[in-house]
Amino acid sequence: MVNATGSRVADVLVVDDEIVAVGEGLAAPDGTWVLDAGGCLVAPGLVDLHAHLRQPGKEEAETIESGARAAALGGYTAVVAMPNTDPPLDTAAAVREVLDLGTTATCDIRVAGAITKGRAGEALAPLAEMADLGVRLFTDDGAGVQDGRLMRRALEYSSALGVTLAQHCEDTALAAGGHMNEGKWSSRLGIPGVPAEAEQLMVMRDIALARLTARLGSRVHLQHLSTAGAVALVRAARAEGLAVTAEAAPHHFTLTDAAVASYDPVFKVNPPLRAQADVDAVKAGLADGTFHAIATDHAPHAPEDKELPFDQAPPGMLGLQTALPLALGELGLPAEAVLGLLSWQPARIAGLDATHGGPVAEGRPANLCVIDPAATWVVEPDRLASRSRNTPYAGRKLTGQVRHTLLYGEPVVVDAQALR
Amino acid sequence: MNHHLLSVADLGLDGLEEVMVLTDSFVEVSGRAIPKVPTLRGRTIVSLFYEESTRTRLSFETAAKRLSADTMNFSVASSSVKKGESIRDTVQTIEAMGVDAMVVRHSSAGVPWQVASWVDVSVINAGDGWHEHPTQALLDCYTIRSRKGTLDGLRVAVVGDVKHSRVARSNVWAFAMLGADVTLVAPPTLLPPSLDGWPVTVSHDLDEVLPKCDVVYLLRMQAERQTEALLPSLREYTARYGLTRARAGLLSDDALVMHPGPMNRGVEIAADVAELPCSLITRQVANGVAVRMAVLFLLLGAAPRG
Repeated sequence: MVNATGSRVADVLVVDDEIVAVGEGLAAPDGTWVLDAGGCLVAPGLVDLHAHLRQPGKEEAETIESGARAAALGGYTAVVAMPNTDPPLDTAAAVREVLDLGTTATCDIRVAGAITKGRAGEALAPLAEMADLGVRLFTDDGAGVQDGRLMRRALEYSSALGVTLAQHCEDTALAAGGHMNEGKWSSRLGIPGVPAEAEQLMVMRDIALARLTARLGSRVHLQHLSTAGAVALVRAARAEGLAVTAEAAPHHFTLTDAAVASYDPVFKVNPPLRAQADVDAVKAGLADGTFHAIATDHAPHAPEDKELPFDQAPPGMLGLQTALPLALGELGLPAEAVLGLLSWQPARIAGLDATHGGPVAEGRPANLCVIDPAATWVVEPDRLASRSRNTPYAGRKLTGQVRHTLLYGEPVVVDAQALR
Repeated sequence: MNHHLLSVADLGLDGLEEVMVLTDSFVEVSGRAIPKVPTLRGRTIVSLFYEESTRTRLSFETAAKRLSADTMNFSVASSSVKKGESIRDTVQTIEAMGVDAMVVRHSSAGVPWQVASWVDVSVINAGDGWHEHPTQALLDCYTIRSRKGTLDGLRVAVVGDVKHSRVARSNVWAFAMLGADVTLVAPPTLLPPSLDGWPVTVSHDLDEVLPKCDVVYLLRMQAERQTEALLPSLREYTARYGLTRARAGLLSDDALVMHPGPMNRGVEIAADVAELPCSLITRQVANGVAVRMAVLFLLLGAAPRG
C-alpha cells in the first residue's frame, strides 16, 4: 500500500464506494470479492491532467467510453479531457455534454474548459459558467494563448473562481510551419523544425504574467514541457515562490527526435520529441520536483491520418496505457515519487483531491489501482483499448503493469482485463 | 546494392562507385544509332509523381525505355488522388497490377520511405520535399568525374538555398563520400538551422570562394523565399550570391559550373554564364538518363521477381 506518507504491507477493505479499513490481516466479510495484490503496490488511482478523448467530433479516433477504458487499464481513475474537440468545450452546454457521456465511463471524466471562445485566442470563454459545473482547469490546449494582454486578463478574472489556467506553451509565430524539433535531425531530414525557444518564450511570458497577477492568487499550469530551457525557467520560478506548476509527458522523457528518421508520423507530436539533452533535463526536473505531474497528452488519431506524409499528419500519441510503466521503468525514482507525479500531485492541480489521489485510508472513496511492478508486457497496438493505434512504443517491452483498478469501489479492471 | 534507392547513404561508397562504372556503359548505349538494349524487357516501372517535374520524370522514362522496360505514368491531376485516395491505397493498388519498381516524387520529405514500408517492389526516390534526390547526386558526381577524372580532393562550392534543397541534401553527402571538399555558400537564412555532422565548411562570401573552387554548383532560388522573411529581395540575393558574368571571371580556367535545373536565369545564374563552355548544365541532363539506366539496371537487372 503506497501513500504520500510512505508504504506498508496491508489489506484494504472496500464496502460500496468507500475504503472502510486498511490494515494487516483484515477479515473479509462473507461474499467479499477478494482481489489478489500479492507482490503488488496498492495505490490511489492515477489522475491524468491531459487527455484528448476526441468526443464530440472525432469519434472514429476515440470516444469517452474507449478512452476511459484505456485509462482504467492504465491505472487511472480520473482523466481531465482536453477541450479541443469539435465543437470545442468553451460553453457550459458543451462541458455538460462531455460530463454526461462520462457518467457511464470506467473512469471519472473531468473536463478542462477552453480559456477563449472557440480556442481562437481572442475573447474570454464563459469561465464562471463552466466553473459552476465543476471545471477547475482551463486551457486552449493545442494552441497557446498568444495575446499577452488577454492571458493577463484571463488570469486575473479566473483568480476569483479558484481555478487554474493551463497553457500549451508555444509561440506560434516562431513555431510556424514546423513539424519536428529544430536541430541536427530536422536539418538532416529536411523537415521544418520548431525551435526549443518557441516553447521557452511562452514559458517566460507566462511566468512573468504569474508574477504580475500573483497578488490575486492566480495559478498557472504549464503543459507538456519538453525543453531543457523550459525546465530551468520553471525551476527558477518555483524558487521565487510563484504559483506555477508544470507537467511532463512520458514521450518527452523516453524518446528523442532521432526517432523521426523513420519518417513514421507515429513519432510526430506537439511539442515535438526533442534532443537527448532535453530528455535528460525533463528527467532531472521530474526527480527534483520542478515538475508536479506526469500527464499523458494521450492523443488518438485514426490510422489513415497517421499514414499521411509526415508534414501533413496530425501530431499526437497514445499514452494512457503506457505512462505508468514508462515512469516506473525510465525515471529511476522510488515508487512513492512516481505515484506522486501520477496521482496525488495532479489530483491537487486538477482540484480533484477530495475524491482522487488518495490517501489509501479509511473513509476515502475507493479509487484505487493495484500495480504489479515486476510484471513485463509487450506493447501491441492492436491490443490497446483505444480506438486508435498510434503508440510510439509498439513492440517495446515494458516493466510494470496495472493488475486491478477500482472506480468508486467498482472493479473496472481485474487481472489486467477491463470488465466493461 | 539495396532493394530500394531512397538516399545517397543507402548506396554507400561502394554503391556510388558501382553506379559510376556502370554508367559508362550506358553512356555508350545512349550514343548508339539505336540507343536501346533488351535488359529489362518484360519489367514494368511506374512513375508516381505527386509533384510536377519535367526533367526527372522524362529522364527516368527515357532510361526505362532504353532498357526496354514497360513504363506507366501516374499523374496526380488525372488520378484517384483527386478523389481523396490515400498514398497507401494508391501504391498498393498499383503494386497489385504487377509492377517491378516505383519511381516516387513528392513534395513532403519521407514519402518514399513510407511507400517502401507499404510495398514489396523496389522504390526509387525521385525527390522528397527538402530531403533527398539521390539520382541527381549520382548524375552530378558522374558528370564531374567524366570531366575531372575524380572528385577526390576537388573543391566544390554549393551555392544558394541549401535549407530548402533536396539536391543539396543528397549532393553534399555524395561529393564528400567521393573525397571532395565541400563549401556551402549562402546567406544564413538559407542554411539549415544545424550543420552538425555535415561534412562541409560554410562561407557567406562567394567572391572569396570562387577563385579557389574547382566546381561551383548553383542551387535553384525560388521567388517565394522573399515572402518568408528569408531575403529582402531576389535582387539583393543576386547581388551577393548570383553567378554574374563579372563573378564568373573570378573562376579559374578549368573550373566547372553546374546547376540541377530548372534555372532562374538572371537570379542565381546570369543567362550568358549558363552558356559558357565551363557550364555543364546540359551535360548533366544527358548523363542523367545514363545514370538512371544504371540505377534501374542495378535494382531490377537480376532475375525477375517470383
